[in-house]
Formats: sequence, C-alpha cells, structure tokens
Amino acid sequence: MLDFQAMISAIGPELLLALAGLAGVLAGAYMGDRFNGLSFKLGAATLLLAALVVIMNWEGGEAFGGLVTTGPFVNFAKCISFVAGAVTLLMAEGFLKRHETIRYEYPLLVIFASLGMGIILSASNLMTLYMGIETLSLSSYVLASFHRDSIRSSEAGLKYFVLGALASGILLYGISLVYGFTGSVDYGDIASSERTIGLVFGMVLMISGMAFKVSAAPMHVWTPDVYEGAPSPVVAFFATAPKMASMVVFANLLFTAFSGVFEDWQMIIGIIATLSMLIGAFGALIQTNLKRLLGYSSIANMGYALVAVAAGAEYGAAALLVFMTTYVIASIGLFGGVLSMRREGGMVESIDELAGLVRRRTGLAIALTILVISVAGFPLAVGFIGKLVVFQAGWNAGLLPLLIVLVLSSVIAFGYYLRIILVMWVKEPAERFQPVGATVALSVYAAAAACLVLFVFVSPFIDWATQASAGFIQ
Amino acid sequence: MGNFPILTAVTFLPLAGALLIMLVQAATGSNGQDEETRGRQSLMAGLIFSAATFVASLVMLASFEVDAPGYQLVEQVSWFAGIQYKLGIDGMSLLLILLTTLLTPISLIASYGTVKHRLTEYTIAFLVLETFMIGVFCAMDLVLFYVFFEAGLIPMFIIIGVWGGADRIYASFKFFLYTLLGSLFMLAAIVFMYLQAGTSDIMVLETYAFAPEVQTWLWLAFFASFAVKLPMWPVHTWLPDAHVQAPTAGSVILAGVLLKMGGYGFLRFSLPMFPDASEFFQPMMFALSVIAIVYASLVAFRQTDMKKLIAYSSVAHMGFVTLGIFSFTEVGVQGAIFQMISHGLISGALFLIVGMVYDRVHTREIAAYGGLVNKMPIYAAIFMLFTMANVGLPGTSGFVGEILTMTGAFQASTWAAAGAALGVIFSAVYMLTLYRRTVFGPVTNPALENITDVGKKDLVTIVPLIIGTILLGVTPNLVFDITRESSLRALQMITGG
Repeated sequence: MLDFQAMISAIGPELLLALAGLAGVLAGAYMGDRFNGLSFKLGAATLLLAALVVIMNWEGGEAFGGLVTTGPFVNFAKCISFVAGAVTLLMAEGFLKRHETIRYEYPLLVIFASLGMGIILSASNLMTLYMGIETLSLSSYVLASFHRDSIRSSEAGLKYFVLGALASGILLYGISLVYGFTGSVDYGDIASSERTIGLVFGMVLMISGMAFKVSAAPMHVWTPDVYEGAPSPVVAFFATAPKMASMVVFANLLFTAFSGVFEDWQMIIGIIATLSMLIGAFGALIQTNLKRLLGYSSIANMGYALVAVAAGAEYGAAALLVFMTTYVIASIGLFGGVLSMRREGGMVESIDELAGLVRRRTGLAIALTILVISVAGFPLAVGFIGKLVVFQAGWNAGLLPLLIVLVLSSVIAFGYYLRIILVMWVKEPAERFQPVGATVALSVYAAAAACLVLFVFVSPFIDWATQASAGFIQ
Repeated sequence: MGNFPILTAVTFLPLAGALLIMLVQAATGSNGQDEETRGRQSLMAGLIFSAATFVASLVMLASFEVDAPGYQLVEQVSWFAGIQYKLGIDGMSLLLILLTTLLTPISLIASYGTVKHRLTEYTIAFLVLETFMIGVFCAMDLVLFYVFFEAGLIPMFIIIGVWGGADRIYASFKFFLYTLLGSLFMLAAIVFMYLQAGTSDIMVLETYAFAPEVQTWLWLAFFASFAVKLPMWPVHTWLPDAHVQAPTAGSVILAGVLLKMGGYGFLRFSLPMFPDASEFFQPMMFALSVIAIVYASLVAFRQTDMKKLIAYSSVAHMGFVTLGIFSFTEVGVQGAIFQMISHGLISGALFLIVGMVYDRVHTREIAAYGGLVNKMPIYAAIFMLFTMANVGLPGTSGFVGEILTMTGAFQASTWAAAGAALGVIFSAVYMLTLYRRTVFGPVTNPALENITDVGKKDLVTIVPLIIGTILLGVTPNLVFDITRESSLRALQMITGG
C-alpha cells in the first residue's frame, strides 16, 4: 500500500492525464460530434486538475525502480506547462469553432502532448525520456496540421514531422552511444561513469536533438515556418507549454545525467545560446508577419534561457525557471493578441494590421504593449526581472562573452519590439477587428496584469523558484 | 509626520490618476459623447491629479528638515533578492521633484485647446511619465532607479511619436535608441555593483569603496547613460530632433525635467561612488563641457527653427551644469544644482513661448515672424524677460547658476572658466538675435496681421515660471539652504571630508 502511494506521488499527474485522455477517446467514440464543445472545457479542467495534483505532491518521489523520479524542480515546470496548456486550450475553442474545425480530437491531442511533457519531466532514465519525447512530438505533429484542408497547415505539419523525426533519430543515436559507453541508461549511473570520448559524442548528439525541441539555433529552422503555417491556437500552445517543459528537461538532463562532463557541455550550450540570441534578434528584424516574428523572438528567448543553462545547475537552475515562466506568461498574452486579429473574411497576421489599435481597442493595445515590454525585457514588467536573474546567473558563472551577446541582442531586439508598439500607437487606425470572444480577451488582460503584478510582487515567485531548485545547490 | 509614506504618495498619485481616467473612460465607453468632449474631461481630470500631486509635494517640502544631514522621509520595503523598494530624498531631489510636479500641470494646461486628438491617451501618458520622473529623483535603490529611469522612456516615446510633428517617428526612435543604448551600459554597471557590494542600496554604496581600476569602468558606464541624457557633446544630436518634433508640452517636460536626470545622476552616483574616477576624468569633463557650451551656442546662432535654437541653447546650458559638478568645489556644485532648477524654469518657459506663437501661426520658422511687439505687447514683454533670463541677466535665476558654476570652475581650471565665459557672450548673441528677428521690426508676414496677444490660458502657464525665475534670481539662498547638505555629501568622498 505504501508503495502505491509513493508511485502516485511520482506519477500521479501523468496517470490522471493518461486516464482522462483514454476516457476522452471513448467518450468521443460514443458521443461523436456532441462531445466537441464539451471536450475543450473538460480538457482544460483535466489539465488544471493535473497541475493541482502536481502541487499536492510537490516533493515528488520515485517509481518503477528509478525509471521515473520527480522533484520540485521538474514539478515547477509541470505546473506551469499544464496551466499554460489549459489556457491555450480555452483560447483555441472560439477560433476552431469559427473555422469549423472544432473537434474533440484537439483537446485530446493537447492532453496527450501534456502527458508527454509530464513523462519527459519525470524521466530519470533515457528510455523514459525518449518515450515521453515521442508522445509529445507525435501529438504536436498532428496538432500542427490540424487544419487539414489548409495547405499551409498541412505543410507546417509535414515540415515539423520530417525535421522532428530527424531530430528524434539524432537523439536516439546519441542515447545509444551514451548507453554503449557507460553501460546504463539511468541518469545517476551516467553521471557517475567516467568521461570517455564516446560519452561526450553521444551527449553532443543528444544536445542536438534537444536543441531541435526547444528550437535553439542551429536547429531552429523549422520554427518560423511552423509558427507561420500552423493554426494560431496551436502555435500559442507550441510557444508556451512544450517550450517550458522541453527547456527544463534539457536543463535537467544536463544538470543530472551529464553533471560529470560539465565543462564539455557548457561550451556547446554557450555556442548554441549565442547563435540563438543573434539569429533570433536579426531574423526578427525583417519580418512582417507577426507569427513569424514571434517565432524568431522565441528563438532569441530560448537563447537567453540557455545562458542560464550554461551557467550550470548551481547558479542557473532557479534563473531558468524564473525566466521561462515570465516568457510563458508573456507568450500566452501575445498569442492571445494574434488570435484577436480577425477581420471580415478571416484572420490577419501582418504586423501592419495592428495599425492604430489603440484607437480601436484601447484596452487590448495597452495590454499588448505591456506584454511586448515584458518579452523585450524592459523595466516595468516581469520580463525585466527574468532577464536580470539570467544575467546574474551568467555573471556568477563568469560567462562574460555570453552576457555581452545577451545585452547586444536585447538592444537589437528592441528595434522590432518597438516597431510593434509604434504601429499600435502611432499609425493611422486600420479597420476594427471582429470580436473573438471573451476567453481570448480575458487571457490577454490576465497575462498583461500578471506581468505587472509579478513585477511588483516578484519576491515570493523568486523564492518559490529558488526553493524548487534547492536540490541543485551543494 | 507619522509614518505616512508621503514619497510613495507623491510618486504614485499621478499613476493612480491615469488608471482612474483609463477605467472611467472604459466604463463610460458608449455614452454618446464625441471623442473630443471626453478627451477634454480626461485632460481636466489629469490636471486635477497633477495639481494634487503638486500640493502633495508641497506637503513633502513642509515635512522636510532643511538642516538635517542625510536622506529624509525614507521608506523601505523588500522587493526581491536583496533589492529594495526604497525611497528617500535630500535637498537636491526635493527641488527636482518640486520642479517636476510644477511643470507637469503647466504642460497639461498648455495642451488645453492645442492638442486636439486623442486627449485621453495624451493625459494618461503625461501622468504616467510624471510618476516615473518623480520616482527617478527619490529612488534610493540602484535597480529601482534604473527601472524608473528606463520606464520614463516609453511614455515620452509615445508622446513624441503620436503627438509630434511631421518627422515624429524618426525623432522618437532616435530618442529611444540613443537613451537606451547608454542606459544598458549603466545596467551592466549596476548589476556588477550589486554583485560586488552585495547590495544595491544607494545609501550604502555611497560609502562603499570600489577599487580604482574598477571605478574607471563603472564611471564610464554611468557616464554613457548620463551623457546621453544630459545631453553632452557629442551625443546630443537626438535632442534637437526630439524637441522639434515633440508637442509643446513634451518639449517643456523634456527640457525641464528629463535633461536634469543626467546632472542628477552625476551628482548622486558618479561623484560619491566613484570619486577616484571622477577626479581622473575631470579634464575630459571640463573639455566636453566647454565644447558643449561654445559649440552649441554657435550652432544655436545658425538655426532657423525657434525650437531647434532653444534646444541647442539647452545643450549649452547643461554644459554649465557639468562644468560646475566637476569643479569639485562647493560653490560649483551648488551652482550646478541651481542651474538645473533655473534652466528647468527658463527653458520650460521658452518652449511655452514658442508654443504660443506656433499655435497661432503654425510655423516655427524664425523668418516667418517679425514685428510681434506691435501685435502682442504682453507676449513681447514676457519673451523679453525669459530671453534675458536665458542670457543670464542679474536678477534672474539664470545669472546665479552661470556665475556660480563659473566661479567653481575657475578655482579648478582658469581655461575652462574662460571658455565657458565665452559661451555667456554667445548666448547673448543668439538669444538677442532671435528676439530681434521675431519681436521687433515691421510686420511682414500677412499671417501675423490678425494675431491675438496672450490669453488667460497662456498667462496661467507662464506666470508661475515668471515668479519662480525672478524669485530665485533675487533670493537664491532659498535654494542654497536646501541643497547645501546634498552638495557637501556629493563632494565628501572627493575632498576627503
């Protein structure tokens, strides 16, 4: 009985999601189209419930003989990812309804993707990790091509699938090398085995595979295309929950399994971070499509997050959680903005369509301005504090060159963030947007308010992240 | 005074007003009134809030003890990771806050009737800006200071970008990016200081001794930010563009308050925290100040646009401020603070004066005017007063600031003082030329035939500035008594006191 309880505390949320997902499949089979509307609310409720279960089992535990180990660090990420998944799911409903593609498969896919996130975050074994990644990825490929009648959506899904499959292959090859040279797929065993060239080689391949999942340069190429092509609510989901989960898994993998070869990966992560920050910043400068721009912006932001990873577990873990959370909050709001851009005859995506938004929808424009300010890392919103703690982590770890790139790319990034603000406030107003429902507007306002409130009362939030990362501090 | 957080109240009262206006406007969104009426209501509400802020700052003045050393009315709440929300004032910040709370309602009054579109947003932008400006002057924590310092860019960016002239987009971008680039160096220095000293508390850092070689770099990082903000030659080029494109009220705030942040920064941070570096860079600062004074004066003389002329004159006058600060003498520093206050009043008034004729004739070209004295005698008199104040006529506040900074500089370097004195002569040249070409002579432009003299609204905006300029010119001790402690503290690390 005791054993059962330990298992629940380790995999309770995943169990819940898996059961709910299967139940959803059955319900869909029996109820058919009548289940479509209900499924979104139930799906979001399930995800929130899963987040609650995570919080109730905050200290985590071990299950299946060490295949799964959870702790506060990954539970923090689970919590944020599940909540983000729930919010983006609610935002999706109206959009899909208007495009007549509202189907109960959508929330089920989000739930299975979230299940994948839960599994990779709980993984303390490379096999568990791979299984979780595939669960997440396969659900994501289908989601990207959810508008099956749209060429762009299908193209995005196919691109994502082909490149994603390649990345999975590379990751798996890395896993096999690591297994071959250390004789184990357990994080702890790998960490305690001695450094061999084969281990490092396998690790590099695994880093490449993971870099694809978090869309870090040079494995970022899919990001702008998929962001542009996939349906907007799907992109809102991609940009938030899986990003948070994958990035924390990436860090967790390096901090635990590869803690023995810290010097080896620190340099690689440093290079990836530098490339991501620069490519993200420069790439976004010339974009006219808002979704594409946000794609590049996310590449740059993953670069900032990787600076925290490169700082190592002791300095960077808490900073990573803080930064990623601020990024997820701002992204939810910004994609809510994208979802609000509806005109007669369909959605619009060009930045110029936001022209003079302040005169048409003052509240929305102010909220979006706050969100842009936050994601740009400008004071006044919590994004500033996110960047500040990353900077501090990098400084403590002595990563001066990375910090210089971070500051410079932030200045470049201001160029395009400022342009968004300018278009909203200065340009002559364009035609009014069609209403898209209260959920989206509410999400945008809530995200903007969260950015401001967290900026002022940031202390408990940072304490929470620090406490969650306490396990990494010797 | 009990424990009432008067500084927080003064700082955030305008922001509260902005939120209230926003909420009320959103709640009454569709009651049928046209946009202009609603805009005027917002402006009136904004005016009430900024006036209330001014009253609150007078309460602050009343509870300030002039002779007490150190910072007063300190409020402190922990923010995050050892960084605090900490406010406090000394004499210098007290006067700069008063200047801010005085100029903001004046700017709003000046906008009445002249700014026609989107008045609600306009009012909100000014109120938000006021909060950030006050915050800059009373923040007692480096990170908090940085937050206010940077945050102020956004409302100003929007004010220039939305309500500015034809080239407003270019000007607002230039303003933003110039200032931002300078500030990021300062942010890096702030993070370094925080990690090195373990605190970002300004009061603690003032007595923390950084190693001399570290000081040099930190000083340069802060210099990058303040030199752009002040602005000093050669990074002043954003200022004429910003001024010309900004609406009148934006120019008043820009010249009256935002430029003072640079001088404030030098006195609050550079001198007490990096004394060795400050002494090391004294010759450079003198050289840059004198170049700014002489060069900007000469450039001002060649301008054909009234606002641009006054903008360059601001660059020159801020040169006196840096000259006084880096003389490291009590008289020089006192003069520099005085000059900041005085220039805030005078340049604010000059931009209002330009705005008055611009509203009537819709051009800022000097050549389009001439003979205004025939049509607008009161206007001509007011213009004359501020022309003289800008030149530094005894009896006006401009004189006191210039003479004291030069006296201070003279004790440190005769050449620098001599160069600066040249600037005083030049300032008479360009100001009197401007005055002659616009006010005297025959009326040549037919557009001026039916021009009306200053109205009630114009008088309401300008009279407080007239009173301030004359009052400070006649009894400068009002200021000196308040700022003495600040000046001595800014200097104590350098003179070893």
